[in-house]
Amino acid sequence: MLNNHAKLIRFFSEANGITGRKKLQKMIYILQKCDIPFEEKYQFHFYGPYSEELTLRVEELCNLGFLQEEKEDKSNYYQYNYNITPAGTEFLNQFSMEMPDMTTKVAMLKEKSSRFLELVSTMFYFDDLPLQENIEKIHMVKPKQKYSNEEIEDAIRFMEELKQEGK
Amino acid sequence: MAYKDEQLSEEKVFKDPVHRYVHVRDRVIWDLIAAPEFQRLRRIKQLGTTNLTFHGAEHSRFNHSLGVYEIVRRIINNFQDRPHWNKDERLLCLCAALLHDLGHGPFSHSFEKVFKLDHEYFTQQIILGDTKVNEILERVSVGFAQKVADVIAKTYEDKLVVSLISSQIDADRMDYLQRDAYFTGVSYGHFDMERILRVMRPIEDQVVIKSTGMHAVEDYIMSRYQMYWQVYFHPVTRSAEVILTKILHRAKYLYETKDFTFKLQPTHFVSFFKGKVDLADYLKLDEMVVHYYFQLWQEEDDEILRDLCERFMNRRLFKYVEFNPNLQMNEWMELYKLFQEAEIDPEYYLVVDSSSDLPYDFYRPGEEEERLPIHLLMPDGSLKELSRHSDIVESISGKKRTDHKLYFPKDRLNELKDQRLRTRIMEILYGQGAKVDVE
Repeated sequence: MLNNHAKLIRFFSEANGITGRKKLQKMIYILQKCDIPFEEKYQFHFYGPYSEELTLRVEELCNLGFLQEEKEDKSNYYQYNYNITPAGTEFLNQFSMEMPDMTTKVAMLKEKSSRFLELVSTMFYFDDLPLQENIEKIHMVKPKQKYSNEEIEDAIRFMEELKQEGK
Repeated sequence: MAYKDEQLSEEKVFKDPVHRYVHVRDRVIWDLIAAPEFQRLRRIKQLGTTNLTFHGAEHSRFNHSLGVYEIVRRIINNFQDRPHWNKDERLLCLCAALLHDLGHGPFSHSFEKVFKLDHEYFTQQIILGDTKVNEILERVSVGFAQKVADVIAKTYEDKLVVSLISSQIDADRMDYLQRDAYFTGVSYGHFDMERILRVMRPIEDQVVIKSTGMHAVEDYIMSRYQMYWQVYFHPVTRSAEVILTKILHRAKYLYETKDFTFKLQPTHFVSFFKGKVDLADYLKLDEMVVHYYFQLWQEEDDEILRDLCERFMNRRLFKYVEFNPNLQMNEWMELYKLFQEAEIDPEYYLVVDSSSDLPYDFYRPGEEEERLPIHLLMPDGSLKELSRHSDIVESISGKKRTDHKLYFPKDRLNELKDQRLRTRIMEILYGQGAKVDVE
């Protein structure tokens, strides 16, 4: 029961707070691609991989009192920050859940900007393509982001580091 | 004349209860509708198990796909001479609209959950694979099938084209809200689509709504909100979905159990059970085939499979109570043990269902660059997110939209001989002083 909710609480517990829904979306997707068994279904959206299921599940966790959501008005938009509550920690403790260690990966992802994570998650989304085609696809689906060659090289390096981590 | 430009000698129309008529003039569209992969959608209901709650909801993905095509056709007609609209994308848009749901299987949502499938993957496979649909699209031009697949996957370079088929106010949602309202017979779900189509404007990479049309969009958001609670999240439909999911789990489990032999070999399900579903197998399984198996599985030796199928076929559904995992975790663990003690397998007969288990969403403005919201085009040419301008939308956006329910077979509990067990289970489910007699 509620295994997928418990996995997300484990993530929030390890992340020790997440700033921004966009960042949250991309982090969970990238972790999925690194074989962390989150089961939220993703689709490609305007800003890269996005999961409505994740959005709703996080909302459920907030309504249950397992997560605290803070809404910051940034004049043109809102930003949402998340922290695990004592009830969330207690819920997690009741679960005996087998999950691969993701501590270091979560820390690596948390350090990065949401713009960079959008690039990384999009490159992961097209990872069935050869590298050069993947890069061309990035420029095609994200012309407005104007990712530089340097950013793309950083992303490729970062993806490799993520894959190597824990091996 | 090139195939892509070929027109039927006279316009064909499909009578449609939602849009009155669906108009077809392009040879390509006519041929796609006739393709076996598209005709298969007649045998897949749009709303899965909802017909067990709203008996009128027998409409199919075929009806809906034609509806989406018709809406996009009308939008394109309105866009004809507007800036940012590329007339060369017309046929691509129409094909993508018509084929957007092509990969849906029987009772899609349950099948996808149990067998870890993705209908979007199969949509791509049908469009790009060895199929009649692919043959037709490739006749238009080499690589055209890939373009259609990209639009449906939302990875096509022209975002304006993508947003017609898939965005917060797209042809897909506009059709299914109205169609589902019509066939379920509910009075909500209606909105002034003609007005919305008139105030839609193409800009560089999305469709926006002229600000004077805001109230029509408010009506659409309100319809969406009401349909979710009244139809899509209906607890009885969810009960049927829970049973369906458990049937599939049980059948898979039995297939994997070496000492069980089905009286009727589940040939059509084998690749699903093995997790190796190829396109040919996928296309063979529709809801008629599934019902055939469920009918016959009522006579299988396995008591759980037999019982679950009998419940599904005869609408003997599970009852439910509201459940709060935060406050009732200990009670749930006790219930689980009590069900085991009563020999009612809790893996199949005690199920928590959450709103996030359902494939529908509400309108959320979200945060910057999370997901593209609905934008209003203001008189000065600037864009404003809808909820920042509409009090109605803002107030809906702040509402609690989640719930959890606990499903169980109350009839089995009422039949329990052990008075102590029955009383305690009912106390947990319905509170102290719960009535424990047969209903």
